[in-house]
Amino acid sequence: MQLSSSGKSQEVVIEVGGIPVALRTTESAFVDLLQNRYGEYVKLAATPEFAFEVELVPAGIFNPDDDAKVWLQDGEWRMERGDFQAKWSPEHRIGQIRQVANPFSIDSVLRIIHTLLLARRGGFLLHASSAVRNGKAYLFSGVSEAGKTTMARLAPPDVALLTDEVSYVRRVGGEYIAYGTPFAGEFGEPGKNISAPIAALYLLDKAAANRIEPVETADAIRRLMRNILFFADDAELVREVFESACAFVATVPVYQLSFFPDQRVWELIG
Amino acid sequence: MPFTDMWLVKSTNIASRVLGDETIIMSTLDSTLFTLSPTGSAIWEAVDGKTPLSRIIEEKVCKEFDVTVEQARVDAEEFVNKLVKHGLLLVCDQPLP
Repeated sequence: MQLSSSGKSQEVVIEVGGIPVALRTTESAFVDLLQNRYGEYVKLAATPEFAFEVELVPAGIFNPDDDAKVWLQDGEWRMERGDFQAKWSPEHRIGQIRQVANPFSIDSVLRIIHTLLLARRGGFLLHASSAVRNGKAYLFSGVSEAGKTTMARLAPPDVALLTDEVSYVRRVGGEYIAYGTPFAGEFGEPGKNISAPIAALYLLDKAAANRIEPVETADAIRRLMRNILFFADDAELVREVFESACAFVATVPVYQLSFFPDQRVWELIG
Repeated sequence: MPFTDMWLVKSTNIASRVLGDETIIMSTLDSTLFTLSPTGSAIWEAVDGKTPLSRIIEEKVCKEFDVTVEQARVDAEEFVNKLVKHGLLLVCDQPLP
């Protein structure tokens, strides 16, 4: 991306999961990148809950081999990886991001911010594809190659895809709502920016025939925890995520979905 | 000194949830999850730093489950040893004040 500073700060508000986050930058080309990348998740009239100043820096300023680290320091969340550094004060609702000019860096920062936000609100981001059918949301989770993207790819026309990679789960009142996310995986396309109450979580594995079985509670919590995205080195937040997983499993039915990868599997859903 | 003659305290670095007659415990240090059997859950629930393990065995485990004191002691030693190794339980040689 060619940097082209206008000198004047411009703002792009990206709303995921009903939480508007403003990104401010003086780079016009980066504004265009954000608007193209986040499409229908860009809200022109939304009042942001949080705002970040984004400073673009040349490649090579960070160590590209550095893994993601997230920690709390003096009331601010600090986030670092080989392509960005960021800090964020939830109390003051502002933050700064220094990153190289690529969409993957800002995507990662946004994912981390939302995991931190959701942990405090009883929700989480989950390695799962998800979709809405007949007004209800269904989540399909599992380890790599379990079939998350396959389920998304096999979805019939009456199904609206929320994501093929990262599902957004919020607790609203007494129920859990799944939201579309712009965080695309192999499918390469952002999900629909819609939401629906979650009817079931399916834990996937591929098999010779289609079969659905209930999952025992402790096992469901264990497997759910394994697939929740979480980056922060913070015991209190880990405890909150665990509580969220327990509360989710107590509310939403969890099934094992063993499936043969063709369209007939969707006859069992919804 | 065997654990049965000592007092136990739950680590502060854990989160736990009772699920029917089982208990699931997570270490907040490394997110490791442990599922306790009904007997293990009974011991876990009774751990308060003030009741010696020997009394927990007699008053909880042997009363609620069909097991002799001798067998319950052996099983409890093994159970507590495992949880101590993972840092979920701490051992004290005197009761908490």
